[in-house]
Amino acid sequence: MTTVAVKPATMAQALTRAMRDAMAADPSVHVLGEDVGTLGGVFRVTDGLAKEFGEDRCTDTPLAEAGILGAAVGMAMYGLRPVVEMQFDAFAYPAFEQLVSHVSRMRNRTRGKMPLPITVRIPYGGGIGGVEHHSDSSEAYYMATPGLHVVTPATVADAYGLLRRSIASDDPVVFLEPKRLYWSKDTWNPEQPAEVEPIGRAVVRRTGRSATLITYGPSVPVCLEAAEAARAEGWDLEVIDLRSLVPFDDETVCASVRRTGRAVVVHESTGFGGPGGEIAARVTERCFHHLEAPVLRVAGFDLPYPPPMLERHHLPGVDRVLDAVARLQWEAER
Amino acid sequence: MTVLEQRGAYRPSPPPAWQPRMDPAPLLPDAEPYRVLGTEAAAKADPDLLRRLHAHLVRGRRYNTQATALTKQGRLAVYPSSTGQEACEVAAALALEERDWLFPSYRDTLAVVARGVDPVEALTLLRGDWHTGYDPYAHRVAPLSTPLATQLPHAVGLAHAARLKGDDVVALAMVGDGGTSEGDFHEALNFAAVWRAPVVFLVQNNGFAISVPLAKQTAAPSLAHKAVGYGMPGRLVDGNDAVAVHEVLGDAVRQARAGGGPTLIEAVTYRIDAHTNADDATRYRGDAEVETWRAHDPVRLLETELTERGLLDEAALEAVREDAEAMAADLRARMNQDPELDPMDLFDHVYAETTAQLREQRDLLRAELAAEQDGPDQQEGDRR
Ligand SMILES: Cc1ncc(C[n+]2csc(CCOP(=O)(O)OP(=O)(O)O)c2C)c(N)n1
Repeated sequence: MTTVAVKPATMAQALTRAMRDAMAADPSVHVLGEDVGTLGGVFRVTDGLAKEFGEDRCTDTPLAEAGILGAAVGMAMYGLRPVVEMQFDAFAYPAFEQLVSHVSRMRNRTRGKMPLPITVRIPYGGGIGGVEHHSDSSEAYYMATPGLHVVTPATVADAYGLLRRSIASDDPVVFLEPKRLYWSKDTWNPEQPAEVEPIGRAVVRRTGRSATLITYGPSVPVCLEAAEAARAEGWDLEVIDLRSLVPFDDETVCASVRRTGRAVVVHESTGFGGPGGEIAARVTERCFHHLEAPVLRVAGFDLPYPPPMLERHHLPGVDRVLDAVARLQWEAER
Repeated sequence: MTVLEQRGAYRPSPPPAWQPRMDPAPLLPDAEPYRVLGTEAAAKADPDLLRRLHAHLVRGRRYNTQATALTKQGRLAVYPSSTGQEACEVAAALALEERDWLFPSYRDTLAVVARGVDPVEALTLLRGDWHTGYDPYAHRVAPLSTPLATQLPHAVGLAHAARLKGDDVVALAMVGDGGTSEGDFHEALNFAAVWRAPVVFLVQNNGFAISVPLAKQTAAPSLAHKAVGYGMPGRLVDGNDAVAVHEVLGDAVRQARAGGGPTLIEAVTYRIDAHTNADDATRYRGDAEVETWRAHDPVRLLETELTERGLLDEAALEAVREDAEAMAADLRARMNQDPELDPMDLFDHVYAETTAQLREQRDLLRAELAAEQDGPDQQEGDRR
């Protein structure tokens, strides 16, 4: 038996590897964006791609997000598979019109004749001490746009697998990269990356019986930590990593909630109009008779993302998650 | 010795250059719109080309009047007519080779049809039964684009991709004068120039964006001058002179195909009809102005040239008109049939694979439709 060296790798490295492997496997895969070529991206996620595949395959574009995504649309129309990097969450907004008015609709508009296999990679979320405009959680905007897939990994292995799946998808994917997990490490073998399930499947990260924490992206580690801490209180929490916000995996989520009878949705994005509202509604509609308590949300406050010295008050942390769990009407039980 | 230690290091001098100096003069458009009809150049034009353009113009005009009539009869939800702009529409289609791509705006149905798309399929957007009724790949025509100027970066990306693949394909993108104020116009031109993409941008300057005149849209010497700032040539042409537009477009297409990069063309024209059937043009422009432009009608200009030079006799003219009438009659007959609608279509092309959520919603609509068929009494009963 041969043992494979399984070394710790970062999420950023896994993402780079995913693009590299996709480009090697398929000459139609092109990476484009700001600083993605010579520099390798401000987070170095495209490091080495221009060198290995040339500047025509990994291109430093002029600085204009609508132009980048608009050009990607035309490239996809001609049979290429563009992978666009938006430099930061808040700097993807200039591309919003292209995303909403064209990227999301072209397949539908042409009755399937003109699909657009475009992956839009966006580093998102806070917790890295970024100054204004560098920490937004913009997933609700994308979720509200039919025709897009919205995917976000929380582990190193998923970062690789989901990005490969996204690039291979014939639909446009908004691929949200939790930037504070870029440097998170995990043992992972880049030579034998595990197969990741198709886009749209949530995964149970931790099994438990008392209540379900429904979360994704940067809040997954927070919830896992909260679940560990909750043991001291006598709660055995299940943690679901959604991985894909669109399509939404009602099945996995509801199967869990029906078992536990209690649920808290956790995310950084604002609560009002945020993903948690949709998720809570879906769970309530489908699992009402199994619920022992209302579905609660732990989210970022309803305010513009705070300056870095105040962000820790805004971000949902372990304590706030545990406080929510405590409010799940356990009285009847005890 | 470092640079800073050299004598005279701090003497005032031009800053180090970031790019080689470029002479902007060759990029500048002519002071006046380029014309052929009514000039000596007209005599040199190929008679066959003139007749071909003319036949298309007559058909195009008839198409516009027929589509407008269909709108009045309720067969189209809306029609942005290109009456008065037919020279641009027709020349855009004819300047391209089979393998090239056309990127039209909502006003360019005529160019789409002149390129070979079925007239009824080209009108589904405006009839309202489906957004894009034609297969874009069949004639290499992108969907009619409504959000202003957003189709321009698509043309750039497609042309860029074609060049990367080694295909000598050119993309022609159409936009209005109002659309030149949009950010996507700027971004598309900049990308095209930086990438030297084989794209031709055709601006139909009809003087108005709905009600807003050009003077409120730009302070540039002309829209064609904008090209210079991006490092591409700008051309100014009489948009009602089909021969001139065809020639200028042809030059730009050839240059793009040969690797010479993009061109911005401003065609000066006029929209004779209101913005759409829903618009009241008398609120922002006077009859006198419309009359001035009617005297510069693209169909008449070319027809005069042809008849005066004896290139088109009465019989030939009659044949052209009959051909246009036949096209209109066919369009009328087919548009007077109700389109076939399948509500289930709504769910089929949102994603490659219909999601569980959409499958549920499709079932809901299917049940609603079934109940509708069973009649209201049945529905009452079901609910009880
Ligand atoms: C982004 C965007 N803003 C506003 C509109 C609404 N609108 C439709 S046509 C039009 C005027 C466009 O004028 P112009 O570009 O000159 O083209 P024309 O209609 O004259 O052909 C406007 C404002 C739109 N379609 N897209």
